[in-house]
Amino acid sequence: MARGIKDKVAILGMGCTKFGERWDKDADQLMVEAYEEAITDAGIETSQIDAAWLGAAFDAVNIGPSGIPLSMALRLKNIGVTKVENYCASGTESFRGAVYAVASGAADIALAMGVEKLKDTGYGGLPVRTRGTTHDMIGITGSAPGNFAQLASAYRAEHGVSKDDLKQAMAHVSVKSHANGAKNPKAHLQKEVSMETVLNAPMIAEPLGLFDCCGVSDGAACAIVTTPEIARALGKTDIITVKALQVATSNGWELQGSGWNGAYFPTTRIAATRAYEEAGITDPRSQISLMEVHDCFSITELVTMEDLHISKEGEGWRDVLDGFFDADGTLPCQIDGGLKCFGHPIGASGLRMIYENYLQLLGRAGPRQRSTPPVFGLSHNLGGMPNQNVCAIAIVGMADA
Amino acid sequence: MTGIIAYGAYVPRTRLQRAAVHAANSWFAPGLKGLAKGERAIANWDEDAITMAVEAGRDCLNNVDRTQLASVMLASTSLPFVDRQNAGVVKEALNLPDAIATLDVTGSQRAGTSSLLSALQAVAGGSGPILHLAAEKRQALPASEAEMVQGDAASALLVGSENPIARLVGHHGVATDFVDHFRASGQAFDYGWETRWIRDEGIGKILGGAIRDALIKFGLDGSAIDRLIVPITTRGVAEGLARAAGIAPAAIVDALAATVGESGAAHATLMLAHALESAKPGERILVTSFGQGADILLFEVTEAIAGAKPLSGVSGWLARRREESNYLKYLSLRGLLALDRGMRAEQDHKVALTALYRNRKAVLGLVGGRCSKTGTVQFPKTDISVNPNDHAIRTQEDYPLAELPARILTYTADSLTYSPDPPSCYGSIEFEGGGRMMAEFADIEPDAIEVGAALRMMFRIKAVDEKRDFKRYFWKAAPAG
Repeated sequence: MARGIKDKVAILGMGCTKFGERWDKDADQLMVEAYEEAITDAGIETSQIDAAWLGAAFDAVNIGPSGIPLSMALRLKNIGVTKVENYCASGTESFRGAVYAVASGAADIALAMGVEKLKDTGYGGLPVRTRGTTHDMIGITGSAPGNFAQLASAYRAEHGVSKDDLKQAMAHVSVKSHANGAKNPKAHLQKEVSMETVLNAPMIAEPLGLFDCCGVSDGAACAIVTTPEIARALGKTDIITVKALQVATSNGWELQGSGWNGAYFPTTRIAATRAYEEAGITDPRSQISLMEVHDCFSITELVTMEDLHISKEGEGWRDVLDGFFDADGTLPCQIDGGLKCFGHPIGASGLRMIYENYLQLLGRAGPRQRSTPPVFGLSHNLGGMPNQNVCAIAIVGMADA
Repeated sequence: MTGIIAYGAYVPRTRLQRAAVHAANSWFAPGLKGLAKGERAIANWDEDAITMAVEAGRDCLNNVDRTQLASVMLASTSLPFVDRQNAGVVKEALNLPDAIATLDVTGSQRAGTSSLLSALQAVAGGSGPILHLAAEKRQALPASEAEMVQGDAASALLVGSENPIARLVGHHGVATDFVDHFRASGQAFDYGWETRWIRDEGIGKILGGAIRDALIKFGLDGSAIDRLIVPITTRGVAEGLARAAGIAPAAIVDALAATVGESGAAHATLMLAHALESAKPGERILVTSFGQGADILLFEVTEAIAGAKPLSGVSGWLARRREESNYLKYLSLRGLLALDRGMRAEQDHKVALTALYRNRKAVLGLVGGRCSKTGTVQFPKTDISVNPNDHAIRTQEDYPLAELPARILTYTADSLTYSPDPPSCYGSIEFEGGGRMMAEFADIEPDAIEVGAALRMMFRIKAVDEKRDFKRYFWKAAPAG
């Protein structure tokens, strides 16, 4: 593979707003809120930022097109600002832009911002969007839950798991995220729920009930990145570096080709393999300390455990039920509540995941801090739908790990 | 020898129970009680005269070489487009060659039989085979008699000169502006006159006279008629006509009143398609129809009848049946009841007509691609093959998928997305021999869906652009049974 960017880029500072129904704030105000925390954490001035990337997915109902909204909101010094959109992976995409700019030497300090203001759309759930002139003529008009729910039917058929067993495992995913979110003051949902509540919730898209689905939130998250050398020169001692950053994008094979069983994400498997190689990780199940994955729906998190090569194929549901991914389990997943409870402002989510890993690595996660010192934090950010998607994986860790 | 060489039909799966209609409306129209028996076929929200004609056409063209057709005729008084040729859409959906004639025929309840006669005359004059379609999605006001007695259906008759299963023996027609009912351009509902006047002065005298004159013209007694088709479901009408013409009561063909309902311009040919299923060589079938005059066509069944079998036929479609007793649901799916549809129904379904034309084979004909190098089948057809081991460039040939069996790979029943008939069921499907797509499911029970279930494709309305009054058509997957 290419030489990779392992340890070439350090995170200088990060910030994240409270996610939720932010009726009082516009998208530009949310960006400022996340930025204030990040720039304070970084200990630099705005004028020191050389380049910026903005991730947002719903421009028509959000902040509008181009990089201008970010430049205006933060009053950046006429630097280059690029807006990126890659469905729900837009947050990690903005991070990739900033990280690559630093890794290439084109920028000393770069900023990544992700934001979404979904509660101004009026929808419960994501708004209905066009997918382009030609696709709209032949594609389905489904919802996000409907697209992802199909993973469950395929998973059951492929691995011979009963409807009840899978529903129990899916419910465990949601119960765990609620328990974790309850300890997170920035989370959108901070209330624990019981298995019974999850199992008996109204059906959204068979077999996904209300509690199998993450909601939609307003929020922003921000990262400021630089080289480890500059970070040290700026006085940082606990340096968190990027160990791997990989994106894999569907080329149409899943749906148009044959061979895919519909029960997994080929892109995640590919991106994970490349990310572990870039980071020098040989046994992810034992080496990864923490995971933030794209749990847009409970079933997504469950199959992702297999796609990330953590659980054996067809056995992710057993690991889930065994508590392997619980906050006090072997490999906590969504220790901050995940998309399910921290919330899912589309463009911000990828950066929010990295933010949690960053806090945990620095021991700054408060009541939800993992007691075992984390070494590698993996974030998995997914855009699109099972049969056509973008998978972005970022692994961060201590510079000397 | 000119005649019918193949036949088919389509009856929608949903059957509205007339007792349920009466129960909902009896407070307002108690007089409808006498009609509150049996059931009527109702087109789903995503069906219309075009989609039903397509299904009837496919039913008829079973084992027929489609490249041999010279023309497609579509008769209906409920065509979705006034100015966009409806038969042209059907032609694309049937994936017929561009070098073909197409024609819409409308304006009267006789449109089905008059156009059938025209098709037979064209064939006699040297035309190649003509696919004659008649389809009707009847719109009636709630609590009306029409709502009780009418039904939705389509018929298909392939007319030609080679080896007909029923040859045309003779025909007779009269035209007279007897206005029993009318519907002005742009109006949704009929306005009708008194039933007894229509029965006695119209049907009795005009149609009855035409039958009598036709038999004289053919040189036949009424007793020579083995089957009499009268596409009128009013009780006693067919019997009265038969008696007056000396035709045996046993010859009267079931008007499908209890199962389908009267399907307007499609009904005479629907009944004919049904009669042909059990017709024996040598039988004489007298087809009649009434509407600002009358048409009479006499057919004689030939030995070739034994070899002609539609895919489902009227009987097959009648057996594919689901009872509906929810009158409010019927009203809503019919556009007669405004429910709060929510924000998700606000999606703009504007169609780029340029893109529709460019992609018409894929969108209307469900034609995919097959790589001439590797044999990989895919939908849609693209410049570069999806085969992961050989992304061959520009090797794909047209590959029709609509008639191929398929099976369910993944599915869901989605209660969040907007559908006029929730939950919206859809999933990825795979065609026999390769090729996949995400498809909406039609005529399916959410509880009955399973991975691996067998499917057949059906041409349906995908969405309606309500701002511009345009319909978007595409293919959906329905249970194979």
